[in-house]
Amino acid sequence: MIKGDKRGQRLLAIFALGCILLTYPMLQIFNHGDLVLGVPLLVLYVFLAWLAVIVLTALAIER
Amino acid sequence: MFAGAIILVSLAYIGVLFAIARFGDKRADRGQSIIASPYVYALSMGVYCTAWTYYGSVGRAAATGVGFLPIYLGPTLMAVLGWFVLRKMVRISKTNRITTIADFVASRYGKSTLLGSLVTLIAVIGIVPYIALQLDAVSSSFTLLWNYPDITSARSAGSAGVLDTAFYVSLAMVLFAILFGTRHLDVTEHHEGLVAAISFESIIKLAAFTLVGVYVAFGLFNGADLLYEQAAARPDLARLFTFNPTTIEFGEWTTLTLLSMMAILFLPRQFQMSVLENMDERHVAKASWLFPLYLFAINLFVLPIALAGLLLFPDGAVDADMFVLALPMHGQQQVLALIVFIGGLSAATSMVIVDTVALSTMVSNDLLMPLLLRAGLVRSPERRDVGGLLLAIRRIAIAAIILLGYLYFRLTGGSAPLVSIGLISFAAVAQFAPAVLGGIYWKGGTRAGALAGLIAGFLTWGYTLSLPSLHVIGGAPDSFVVDGPWGIGWLRPYALFGLTDLDPITHALFWSLLVNTLLYVVVSLLRQPSAIEHSQASRFVDAFQHTGAGEPLLFWRGAAPLDDLRSLLERFLGAARTERLLSTYARQRGVDWQTLTIADADLVQYAENQLAGVIGTASARVATASVVQEDPLTMDEMLRLLDETSQVLAYSQQLEERTHQLEQKSLQLEAASAELRAANERLQELDRLKDDFISTVTHELRTPLTSIRAFSEILYDNPDLDAARRTNFLEIILKESERLTRLINQVLDLAKLESGAAEWHTTAVHIGELIDDALVATSGLFAEKNIQVTVAVGAGLPAVWVDRDRVMQVLINLLSNASKFAPADVGAVQIRAHHAGGWLQMAVIDNGPGISPDEQAVIFQKFRQAGDQRQGKPKGTGLGLPISAQIIGHFGGRLWVESEVGAGATFLFTLPLEPARSVGSDEGMG
Repeated sequence: MIKGDKRGQRLLAIFALGCILLTYPMLQIFNHGDLVLGVPLLVLYVFLAWLAVIVLTALAIER
Repeated sequence: MFAGAIILVSLAYIGVLFAIARFGDKRADRGQSIIASPYVYALSMGVYCTAWTYYGSVGRAAATGVGFLPIYLGPTLMAVLGWFVLRKMVRISKTNRITTIADFVASRYGKSTLLGSLVTLIAVIGIVPYIALQLDAVSSSFTLLWNYPDITSARSAGSAGVLDTAFYVSLAMVLFAILFGTRHLDVTEHHEGLVAAISFESIIKLAAFTLVGVYVAFGLFNGADLLYEQAAARPDLARLFTFNPTTIEFGEWTTLTLLSMMAILFLPRQFQMSVLENMDERHVAKASWLFPLYLFAINLFVLPIALAGLLLFPDGAVDADMFVLALPMHGQQQVLALIVFIGGLSAATSMVIVDTVALSTMVSNDLLMPLLLRAGLVRSPERRDVGGLLLAIRRIAIAAIILLGYLYFRLTGGSAPLVSIGLISFAAVAQFAPAVLGGIYWKGGTRAGALAGLIAGFLTWGYTLSLPSLHVIGGAPDSFVVDGPWGIGWLRPYALFGLTDLDPITHALFWSLLVNTLLYVVVSLLRQPSAIEHSQASRFVDAFQHTGAGEPLLFWRGAAPLDDLRSLLERFLGAARTERLLSTYARQRGVDWQTLTIADADLVQYAENQLAGVIGTASARVATASVVQEDPLTMDEMLRLLDETSQVLAYSQQLEERTHQLEQKSLQLEAASAELRAANERLQELDRLKDDFISTVTHELRTPLTSIRAFSEILYDNPDLDAARRTNFLEIILKESERLTRLINQVLDLAKLESGAAEWHTTAVHIGELIDDALVATSGLFAEKNIQVTVAVGAGLPAVWVDRDRVMQVLINLLSNASKFAPADVGAVQIRAHHAGGWLQMAVIDNGPGISPDEQAVIFQKFRQAGDQRQGKPKGTGLGLPISAQIIGHFGGRLWVESEVGAGATFLFTLPLEPARSVGSDEGMG
């Protein structure tokens, strides 16, 4: 139960992080059309942040 | 020729689906589930990605750039919370045998059939356009592919005289949904075949979409980076890379994220797949990253495809919603185009099939069944097999819903872009949010509150979103939207009460959820919930506290005739299943059917629970109510019952525990304070004793000092005193000085003994020798008074392990006492020593005046001497016996006296003969 509790807290933290990463005003920082690594910066950022949330969740669940 | 291939492949694909579903069901019947895996579970949640995702995302990306993303970011965030929200919904649904989202809401608010019907209506009205959207997409893609390789034909359903694809696809879906969605009467049993097929479709659509993405990025454009570079060079395309007024703004982004967070929970098909078809709560955990990963993968190529379409088909020659299909056609990739079409077909069919299965269950269980029950269906004797009727209703409902979608598609003619229609549906199911989320986290929510909120929210949704979408003629809104009804400006559906500057979705969501939540909370707070609402609320909110399939609370004290109950079950479940269920119950509870005629409340509850899995909780309540001579509990009784059960019990347990702890603490405190009090008393006693001791010692010291001083003064003042008197006085002074010295020595000795600081030199001592030595030392005293001394020492006495000098001190003390009290000339003192059961016992017997019992009690105390009054002047220091007692006590022995007045006194002491015995227990003051 203690383990489950810890996992729950981690997931809540990841949720909060995801909310911050994937909404305004964080997105405003990357609101440029410049190409980085051949991809528009904003698109690159959103996909990377998205992937980060998924990976963190996977770590929190599977560990 | 290609046309034939399209039809053939489509039919083959649908055939494969049937085969997979059949295989899944067969395996399930044999108890070998192929869907009991978190991967299948996560894939089945992929039913979220419909034709809207498959075709519509690209269309939306072409118009709003990154604006297609929040629809998938919301579910990702909600999936992270799945451990809390989704898992709780799964737990509640399994415990309460929930069959649909409508059932969920109805059950939460006191098994209200009215609420169930309302949720069903909202869901059907909200979802039918969404189904139409799927048919539209299939039809459009089919038409486009049919005209291969011509990609410029306008997207319009059934035009150009080709097959009415939408209709035939609808028929196939109806068939599939009926075959695999209505196999079991009991909805809580998993639709394994259906889930297997849907998961397969999720793989197909992802594979097909990724394939076309790779083809576009690398086949048509030598890499995604080159594609982006070309697009970035064109200002009309580069605008898609950022947030700006021509694409999407932050407000809408946030709204869509929120909206999709709710949709992933409340869309009937999502509820069906992620809650009802869940095989294991642990799958929820794994799916909370697997499912987002699926969404991530299927969105990777959306923007590249949209940009490629915009670059290759300028001036809107091809509908952006069809880029996915048009691009491979443009590249003359016949096979790829066909695969893409199949992928789209899979996306559309999976959504339609699951949604219609869910909706048909809602319609049958939550809309029609309560009406039929009220109409007396259960009581009518000719209706034996209600189960068959129920399945028929569900099958008809499936056909009707798909047909409704088809009609909607026909009537609106596919004029709106795919995503807009989808968002309207999302906003409709978002209305469930306050009732469902409030329902599982807030016990205060009531039926009336949920009803008020849902109705108000739904009406607002209709006015601000659904209605204006119908008031669009040829792509432009009419005056109803632009100027407001009857020209009333503040009633404009897209700018209600003058709230302008918001996009329609944000605007509608704001108003509808505002009134919905507001009414839900306010109305809930206005009135007390009824007994059953109260109990259901606690069952839902405390879902994780009720372990396992905990016993539901009993609301009905009434009993039902067993025959009535049995025939009720038989009507819905069939005779065989009823028999099985009842005998299971009998086995579990140890009931004998032969003697039973009345079903008690417990059995009625069991029956209701079984019925709930078939016709929904609300209908099950109505059905059981019809056969039970019921006697619903009043609120007071209910509360009392509750007091004895669920949360109050837990609370009282806590309280009890607290009380217990407190009691223990107070006991400890009491014990501690008693100890303290005792210690304090002891201290006071010691203090008093010390004071006594000091004052006595001072007194005893002063007596000899006074006489020494008095006689010294006489000698000093009278130098001419005659020699005889002087000698006499000096003798007294000498004697008193000796007494003083002795006294001081003995006080010091006693202090040493009492503090344990005395040194002990233990050796083997022969008692006979000791007596002889003592007699030598005291012979003067006896000779002086002419007292006869006799000694009797038992034969073969072993040596004792003692401190020789100390025991000698005791013996001398006793002998000198005897010499003092024995009468002169006729006095006789005996000394005896003998065995006494492991002990050496010694006695000193005199024939003096004896000691009264009162005196016997005090002579061992300090400074208390026998015969004080009679003798006038004390003969000793009053410390001899206490010191002796201390010494004997030190060796573990005992010193006491036996005497009668006029018959002499016998002082006795014992010493252990066992040498190894540990010594040192010198306690108390003799």
